[in-house]
Amino acid sequence: MAMSHNHDHHHDNELDPFAARVRALETILTQKGLIDPTAIDVIVDTYETKIGPRNGAKVVAKAWVDADYAEWLKRDATAAIGSLGYTGRQGEHMQAVFNTADTHNLVVCTLCSCYPWSVLGLPPVWYKAPPYRSRAVIDPRGVLEEFGLTLPRTTKIRVWDSTAELRYLVVPMRPEGTEGWSEERLADLVTRDAMIGTGLAREPA
Amino acid sequence: MNGPQDLGGQMGFGPVAPEKDEPYFHADWERRALGVTLCAGAMGAWNIDESRHARESLHPADYYASSYYEIWIKALETLLKRHGFVSDSDLATGKAVDPAATPKRVLKAENVPAVLAKGGPCDRPIATSARFKLGDLVRTKNFHPTGHTRLPRYARGKQGVVEAVRDGFVFPDTNAHGQGENPQWVYTVAFDGAEIWGDGADPTLTVSIDAWESYLEPA
Repeated sequence: MAMSHNHDHHHDNELDPFAARVRALETILTQKGLIDPTAIDVIVDTYETKIGPRNGAKVVAKAWVDADYAEWLKRDATAAIGSLGYTGRQGEHMQAVFNTADTHNLVVCTLCSCYPWSVLGLPPVWYKAPPYRSRAVIDPRGVLEEFGLTLPRTTKIRVWDSTAELRYLVVPMRPEGTEGWSEERLADLVTRDAMIGTGLAREPA
Repeated sequence: MNGPQDLGGQMGFGPVAPEKDEPYFHADWERRALGVTLCAGAMGAWNIDESRHARESLHPADYYASSYYEIWIKALETLLKRHGFVSDSDLATGKAVDPAATPKRVLKAENVPAVLAKGGPCDRPIATSARFKLGDLVRTKNFHPTGHTRLPRYARGKQGVVEAVRDGFVFPDTNAHGQGENPQWVYTVAFDGAEIWGDGADPTLTVSIDAWESYLEPA
């Protein structure tokens, strides 16, 4: 999906008034020397090709196979995640929360769109939109049903509302039948939604 | 502020409707919106709290009718005007008409990886010791400031338990308004579902927020 942007063509100007509005803003700021449009290209490329849920999946897989790493992740998630090279914007203050047999964790930001970019990349539209932000705290089971996840009535649900600068990563439970798997193979089972809490890790095929 | 952003527990927005294999961007302008917003923020004229407050200060009808990148851009125009970087004439004509304030810095392409990898840590050393400790019963204050706050309405005046004492963090309620960082201790406070939602609450539910110390009093 990476794309290079040609600043000399105006392909979406006539299509969408909002696209024109953004283009105008970029043009004004560029003409004034306040922004470097090639910096925008690098930012976009970073979040389309380099920083995404694959990062978080590697963290989770490592925690599944390495008890010491899991302990570190529990104690100091920022450092444990940073040791794999995942640092920076919207991942400065990380917390990892671990699902157990009787507790399921779910992360939301009711006030805006706080999300752990360093491990999950940019948030999906639904995470930033009113239906999820309004209901995750009052009707988490109903929300999970919409993701196709029905939890036992006895499972405790713990919702983390990201109201400050801490960013939460859910560590889902390791699926049965994956004994002896490599970290790389395990990481393929860890979905973005499992690390938000709106899903579980995939079962091995 | 009791603005449109404060969504916890509101009703009527319909199903979540997750999109299968959702792309990061749904239109090219969203890519540019992300980049323009980050580059403009990198000028250093405002902080994350001021930008959040600009977003939540959109008229509620506008906020709810806008996608998140639209909210970002609308708020960005406000911030750029407030800090003297663009004028109404610039925006009306779509080109640079008026002179601009001088930014602290301009983010160049070659510096983007380092800037993103560094981020913007908001923890700060704090001289006072933490007022609360793990396991303390606390009650959130009931207040309704007209300015920025990060205590959601659904969690005001509620009793909970301190589950973690975090660090000193920049206080958004003042930082959003140019009144200084005034760092405070932040705590993770957990509430029973029934304490927040009353009768009919999911009996298995616990909700936590991260609360600055001045949001809390002993229960």
